[in-house]
Amino acid sequence: MSEWETVIGLEIHAQLATRSKIFSAAATAYGAPPNTQASLVDLAYPGVLPVLNAEVVRMAVKFGLAIGAQVARRSVFARKNYFYPDLPKGYQISQYELPVVGRGKIQVMLEDGSRKTIGITRAHLEEDAGKSLHEGLANASGIDLNRAGTPLLEIVSEPDMRSAKEAVAYMKKIHTLVRYLNICDGNMQEGSFRCDANVSVRILGQEKFGTRAEIKNLNSFRFVEKAINYEVARQIDLLESGAKVFQETRLYDSDKNETRSMRSKEEANDYRYFPDPDLLPVEINEHYIQAVKNTLPELPDDKAARFARDFGLSTYDAGVLSTSRDLGDYFEAIVNPAGVVPPLAGAVPPAAVNTEYAKLAANWVMGELSSALNREALDISAARVTAVALNGLLLRIVDQTISGKIAKEVFGAMWLHGQSADSIIALQGLTQITDTSTIEGVVDTVIAANPKQLADYRAGKDKLFGFFVGQVMKVTEGKANPGQLNELLKAKLARSESGGA
Amino acid sequence: MSLTRQDVEKIAHLARLSITEQQMPAYVTSLSNIVDFVAELSSIDTGQVLPMAHPLEGQSQRLRADEVSEADQHVKYQVNAPEVQAGLYVVPRVIE
Repeated sequence: MSEWETVIGLEIHAQLATRSKIFSAAATAYGAPPNTQASLVDLAYPGVLPVLNAEVVRMAVKFGLAIGAQVARRSVFARKNYFYPDLPKGYQISQYELPVVGRGKIQVMLEDGSRKTIGITRAHLEEDAGKSLHEGLANASGIDLNRAGTPLLEIVSEPDMRSAKEAVAYMKKIHTLVRYLNICDGNMQEGSFRCDANVSVRILGQEKFGTRAEIKNLNSFRFVEKAINYEVARQIDLLESGAKVFQETRLYDSDKNETRSMRSKEEANDYRYFPDPDLLPVEINEHYIQAVKNTLPELPDDKAARFARDFGLSTYDAGVLSTSRDLGDYFEAIVNPAGVVPPLAGAVPPAAVNTEYAKLAANWVMGELSSALNREALDISAARVTAVALNGLLLRIVDQTISGKIAKEVFGAMWLHGQSADSIIALQGLTQITDTSTIEGVVDTVIAANPKQLADYRAGKDKLFGFFVGQVMKVTEGKANPGQLNELLKAKLARSESGGA
Repeated sequence: MSLTRQDVEKIAHLARLSITEQQMPAYVTSLSNIVDFVAELSSIDTGQVLPMAHPLEGQSQRLRADEVSEADQHVKYQVNAPEVQAGLYVVPRVIE
């Protein structure tokens, strides 16, 4: 059996976060009652003219600059002709020969930590279509045109990805980037960020691409991965059984985890693009591009590099903490309050740049904080424990007031009750016991009370060490300093051992 | 004849036009005549001429500020629709 290689290209649709539509002054807000945000332009009434939204152009240019692409000094809108009930004009206004953003690239990090550059062929502006609803209508469909005319940036990649995982890594990177740039809210449940995947397979080493299938409308990272894996297996099965792959559009059914042919799209592949006579070419000059460039924020890769350099974080940690601006700001507010605007009063870490403290903070943000957020499906901006409050907690670990284990309990209480670490520690009497003689006393009592375990330990049952630790922690309600306890126990048990032999 | 009967059938299908058997020869002839007429332009050497998307040379697209100024008037707009239910335009069932 031959070895197969998967080839994937993605077309990502990012809904641009404007207030009004791309060609009309109707609102783009999500979830409005049907057709209350569809104007005469969106409804394709006769005699109306589209007028381009300035913000849409600015956002596209921003994206182009962020991926190091050539921004077209002149781009042209074209009509893509097809019939569908959610497309009242009978054509979609898009860009074809002259898109606003040309060739660029982006770097993604793969699971093994290696980096790969993915080429971006182009990004063009277009309008979204409406929505068809099928429930509750016998033999009929209901059309809601609120979404018609919503601005989209379609980001087309080169066929540079070689596995579903790479495709997901790329999609996540673009997702991170558009949110950094504040040009898309990235909300996948609401369809603000979705993609089509072009998938083909070829025998490893073969130069020519295989015939591809296009899987439409994937709206979650998980579905992208599953749909591609299903499609790859389907195509390999076909080819190995001597059959052929047809170039076609397929739909992913997440309930059945399979892709199936969308027959209706097959005949529609002749879109007869031509320049839209209602719209003039969009001209962008150097001055404008420079002005947009000046508004670019620190980009994800730059932030990750800075985190790794300034705070001594691992590449992985720096990558995770820079996946969103808010997450990065949160982390930085703990580690380097002075570096974040606005400066946070009253929370001064032990040293301006203390890499040990940075590592501790990174672990807490990616660990306890992230799991608490995930449990309640909250965004970092809605965290119930602020960066200042978490800093307050971490300082108590550093100065040994509490152990890391107790800190987790305190964090839980902070999350629930919104109190500061200090007040919870005081209220619940959680201050760590660091007085050696106190711990020693408990250790002695525990050893004396468990002669059998002591004998077994001496006979070589090393695992019983944990038993003694547990007993001491039980007596001290978990407050004994773990480092000191370990040392004391080891010394005491060892002493008895050598003494008794 | 620059267009074949198959060409016209395909164009009609893409445009969702239904053309009867009887009408077909007339369409093939008259559409071909139009295409042939325009094809006369091909006799001119345009090798040195840049393609022009618009006749408005030197003009570019005006942009509008990103502001919402359209109010909800769907009840008024929907008067023209053959059927409306719960604010939705009702069309023959389309499903993938």
